Amino acid sequence: MKTLDFKASRWALALAAGLGVAFLGQAHAANDQVVIGDIDDMSAVYADVIGPTGVEAIKMAIADFGGTALGKPITLLTADHQNKPDIGASKYREWADQSGLTMLLGGSNTGVSLAMAKVAGEKKVPFFAVGAAGSSLTNADCTPYTVHYTYDTTSLANGTATAMVQGGGKKWFFLTADYAFGTQLQEAATKVVLKNGGTVVGSVRVPLGTTDFSSFLLQAQSSGADVIGLANAGTDFVNSLKSANEFGISKTMKPAALLAFLSDIHALTLPAAQGLTLTTGWYWDLNDTTRAFGKRFFEKTGRMPTMNQAGYYSSTLTYLNAVKAAGTTDPDKVMEALRAAKINDIFTTNGYIRKDGVMVHDMYVMQVKTPAESKAPWDYYKVVRKMDGEEAFGPLSDSTCQYAK
Amino acid sequence: MPQQVSNRIEWALLLLAVLVPFLGIYPIFAMKLICFAIFACAFNLLLGFTRLLSFGHAAYFGVAAYATAWCRLRLNLPTELSVLAGVALSAALGFIIGMLASRRTGIYFAMITLALAQCVYFFCLQAPATGGENGLQGVPRGSLFGVLPLQSDFTMYYVVLIIGLLVYLGIRRIVHSPFGQVIKAIGEHEPRAISLGYSVDHYKVLAFVLSAAIAGIGGSLKALVLGLATLSDVHQSTSGEVILMTLLGGTGTFLGPVIGSSIVITLQEYLSDSVGSWVSVIIGCIFVVCVMLFRKGIIGEVEAYVARRSSKTNA
Amino acid sequence: MTTILGYPLPAILGQLILGLVNGSFYAILSLGLAVIFGLLRIVNFAHGALYMVGAFVAHIILVNFGISYWFALIVAPVAVGILGVGIERAFLSRLRGLDPLYGLLLTFGLALIAEGLMQQKFGSSGMSYPVPALLQGVYNLGFMIIPIYRLWVVVVSISVCIATWLVIEKTSLGAILRAATENSQLTQAFGINVPVYLTATYAFGVGLAGLAGVLAAPITQVSPLMGSSLVVVVFAVVVIGGMGSIMGAIVSGIILGLLEGLTKVVYAEASTTVIFIIMAVVLLVRPVGLFGRE
Repeated sequence: MKTLDFKASRWALALAAGLGVAFLGQAHAANDQVVIGDIDDMSAVYADVIGPTGVEAIKMAIADFGGTALGKPITLLTADHQNKPDIGASKYREWADQSGLTMLLGGSNTGVSLAMAKVAGEKKVPFFAVGAAGSSLTNADCTPYTVHYTYDTTSLANGTATAMVQGGGKKWFFLTADYAFGTQLQEAATKVVLKNGGTVVGSVRVPLGTTDFSSFLLQAQSSGADVIGLANAGTDFVNSLKSANEFGISKTMKPAALLAFLSDIHALTLPAAQGLTLTTGWYWDLNDTTRAFGKRFFEKTGRMPTMNQAGYYSSTLTYLNAVKAAGTTDPDKVMEALRAAKINDIFTTNGYIRKDGVMVHDMYVMQVKTPAESKAPWDYYKVVRKMDGEEAFGPLSDSTCQYAK
Repeated sequence: MPQQVSNRIEWALLLLAVLVPFLGIYPIFAMKLICFAIFACAFNLLLGFTRLLSFGHAAYFGVAAYATAWCRLRLNLPTELSVLAGVALSAALGFIIGMLASRRTGIYFAMITLALAQCVYFFCLQAPATGGENGLQGVPRGSLFGVLPLQSDFTMYYVVLIIGLLVYLGIRRIVHSPFGQVIKAIGEHEPRAISLGYSVDHYKVLAFVLSAAIAGIGGSLKALVLGLATLSDVHQSTSGEVILMTLLGGTGTFLGPVIGSSIVITLQEYLSDSVGSWVSVIIGCIFVVCVMLFRKGIIGEVEAYVARRSSKTNA
Repeated sequence: MTTILGYPLPAILGQLILGLVNGSFYAILSLGLAVIFGLLRIVNFAHGALYMVGAFVAHIILVNFGISYWFALIVAPVAVGILGVGIERAFLSRLRGLDPLYGLLLTFGLALIAEGLMQQKFGSSGMSYPVPALLQGVYNLGFMIIPIYRLWVVVVSISVCIATWLVIEKTSLGAILRAATENSQLTQAFGINVPVYLTATYAFGVGLAGLAGVLAAPITQVSPLMGSSLVVVVFAVVVIGGMGSIMGAIVSGIILGLLEGLTKVVYAEASTTVIFIIMAVVLLVRPVGLFGRE
C-alpha cells in the first residue's frame, strides 16, 4: 500500500508542477503594442447587424492603416458575448488584465455595453461603443474612456419620432424590448412625441429574442393608437414587423421603425418594408466615398455594410490615428488626442468627439423605397432629411455626464 | 485505502491552489472556480448524500449573489454583512422551497424544485431591484471586517480560498456528524430510516436549507469577485451545470464536486473563445457518458479502482 | 366597447384565441410526454429538442429539396420517430430499471447535444419558414384578425390528440401497451415482444413532438433554442394533468393555454409563470395531478 500512496502522491505533485509550468508561459503584452478587442453578439439577435461580418470591417481598417502602429504589429481579439452582460464584462476585464488590451470595440447590446463601460472606467481602456443605442452611455453611465459612435437613442428619436408625429401620428403605443436599450429608446421617443403634441396611450415590454409577437400586437391594437412604436432592433424588429403585417395591424396603425438597419430591410424585403421611416448615421449610397467603401466591403463579404459595420471601420481608423498622434497607447493621452481629432473618412466628413463621449456627426432621416423605386439589390433608402450633429444628438449642455461639465 | 488516495489528491490540490497567483493563472478565473466548487459541494450534500435531486439549485446561488450585490450597491453595507445577507436569504428560500418540495419524493420532488426555481427566475427578471436583463453591475468589493481591502485580486483570492477551504472542511464535518449519518441513511433507504423512528421530513428540509445556504456562500462570493449579479446566475442552465459538475466529479464523494466544477468551468472558459455552441455539445456528451458508463463520476471511479486494487492485494 | 373588470372584451377574446393556439401546442407536446412517461416511466427532457429537430427537418427539406409543408407534416415526424428509435435502443433501454432520475439526466444531456449541434450549424437567430399557400390569409373575427394558419394548427392538434387517446384507451394495441407498462414480465409471458412495443412508444411520443415542430415552424422562427424554453412549461402541463394520464395532458394543455392567454391581458410578463405556480399548487394539493390516478 505504501507503493500505491507514493505513486498517487507523485502523480499529484507532477500534475501540479506540470500545470504550473504550463501557466508560467502566460503572455504579458509589451507596452505600446496596440491590442484591439471586439466583443459582440456573434450568433444571436444582433449577429447580422455587426457580428462576424463586422470583424471584417475592423480587419479592413487595420490593413488600410498599414497593419502596424508605433512600429509594432496590431493584434485583434474577438469574442461572442451572447447578449450576456457577465460574459461581456468578464472578457473585457480578462483581456485588460491578461492580454494588454488597449482598445475595445463593440457591444451591440446596450445592457452588455453598460456593463463593459463600467470595466472601461475601472481598467482605463478606451471603449468605442458601436452598435449599442442607449444614450445613458454618454449621460448617467458615462466614463472618461467611453466613445459613443454611429448613433444613440436620442438621435434616433429626434429623427424618426419627430418625422412620424409631424406626419400625423399623434397617438403612440410602444412595443419595447425589455432591457436597457428598449427602455431608453421608448423614453427618448416619448419625449419627442410629447414635445410635438402627441400622446402615448400605452406600452408593453417584450423579452429579447421573442419570435411570436401576436399577443403583444393584439394589446397594441386594442389600445386604439395610430402609431405602433417598435422600440426594438435586429431580429426582434424583423419579427415584430412581419407579425404586424400578418395580423393586419399595419393597416390601422403605422409602424415606427425606431431602430432599423440595412440588414433588417434586406431580411424583410422591400414589399414588407416599403414606406418605413427610419433614421441612420450612414448609408452606402450617399456619395462617391461611401459607395466606394460599400463596393469594397461587398466584394469581401457579399453584403453591403450597415451603418455599424462602417462605424467599426471608422472607429478603428480614428483610434489608430489618435495613437499615432499621441505617440503612445497610454489611455489618457489617447483620449486627449481623440477629443482633439477631426474625423473625416468614409463615415463622416465633419465628425468630432465631445466631452461626454458622443461622436457628433450628421444623421439622416430616410424612407424605405417601394420595389418599383429600387434599381438594384441593396438600393433601399431615399433621403428625406439631413440632421446636423448638434440637432440630432442634442446640445452638450443637455448631457448629465459628469465629465461634460 | 481509497481514503488515503483522496487525501493525497486533496493535499496536491491545496498546494496548487495556494500557489495559483504565482503560477500565472488568472486569479479571477481561479476565484470563479472556487465559487462554483462551493456551489457544487453544496449541491452534492443534497444529491450525493441525501439523494435528493434539486433541479433548480441555481435559485439559491443566484439569489445570494443578487442580495449581496444589492446590499453593497444600494445599502452600502459592509462586505461581510452583505455576504451574510446573501447566505441568509438563500437559506430562507431553501427553507420555503424545501418545505414545499419535501411533500413529494423522487421525480415529483425534482419537478417542484424546478417549477419554483422558474418562479424565482421570473421574480429576478421582473423585480426592479434586480435590474432585469442588465442585472446588478459594478459591485464594489469593499474590505473584510473594515480592515483588509479586497480590491486587489491577489488578496481577494486568498480570502476566497480560505472560505472555500472552510466550506469543504465544514461539509466533511456535517457528513461525518450524527446528522450526516441520518441523512445518509435517508438517502440510502428512506423507509428504513422512517421505521427507525426518525422524522425524515425534518431532516430532509434541514439538509435542503444547509445545501441552499452553502450554495449561497458561493453565490455571494461570486458577486464580489466578478462584481456582477445577473440572470445567468438564476437561470435553468446554471442549475443543469451544477448537476453535471457533481455527476461528473462523483456524487457522494467530497472531492468529486470540486474536480467536476473545475473541469466544467475550465471548459467553458477556454472553449467559449472559439464558438460558444460547441460547449453545449461537449457538456451534453459528458452528461450522456456519465449517465451511461460512468455513474460514479471521476473521483468515484478512482476510489473504486483503488479499492479493487487493494482488496486484490489483500486477498 | 364592452369591458369585463375594466379590460376590453375584444382584447380578452383575442388573447383567448391566441391562448387556444398555444394551448393546442401544449396539448400535443404534453401528450407525447405523457405517453412516454405513462408507458415507459421516462421523463423525456429531450422533448423540446426533438420538437426543434422536427421544425428543422421541415426547413431543411424545403430549402434543399423543395419538399413542401404538406409532405413535411409526414416526413418530419417520421424522421424524428426514427431518431427516437435510435435513442431508445442505444441509451434508454439500458437504463430501464434504474432510478428514473438517470433517464431524466440522460435526455437532458441529449437535448444539450442536439441544441448545440444545431446552433453550430445554423446560428442562434431563427430562420423563417413560409406559411403554405393554401393556408395563407386571414379571417376577420370582428374583435381581431386571425391568420387562417393558426386555426389550422388548432384543428390538427386537437384531431391528433383525440386520435391518440382513442388508440391508447380503446384499441387492443393500446391495451397491450398499458399491460406492458404495468407488468412487463407477465405481458412478455403472453408472447408479446415487450421491448419492441416500448421502443415504438418512445418513437411515437417523440414523433408527436416532431409534428408539433412542423406545425410551429411558420409561426415562430425555426431556431435551435425554440424547444428549450418550451420544454419546462410542457413538463409543468403534464404534471398538472397527471403524469400518466393521456386525457389529462390534452385537457390541461388547452386549459393552461387559455389561462396563459388570460394572464396576458392582465399582467403579460407573468403569463408563463402562472403555469408554474399552478403546478406547485397542484403538486401540493393533489399530487397525482388533476386527472391522474395512482
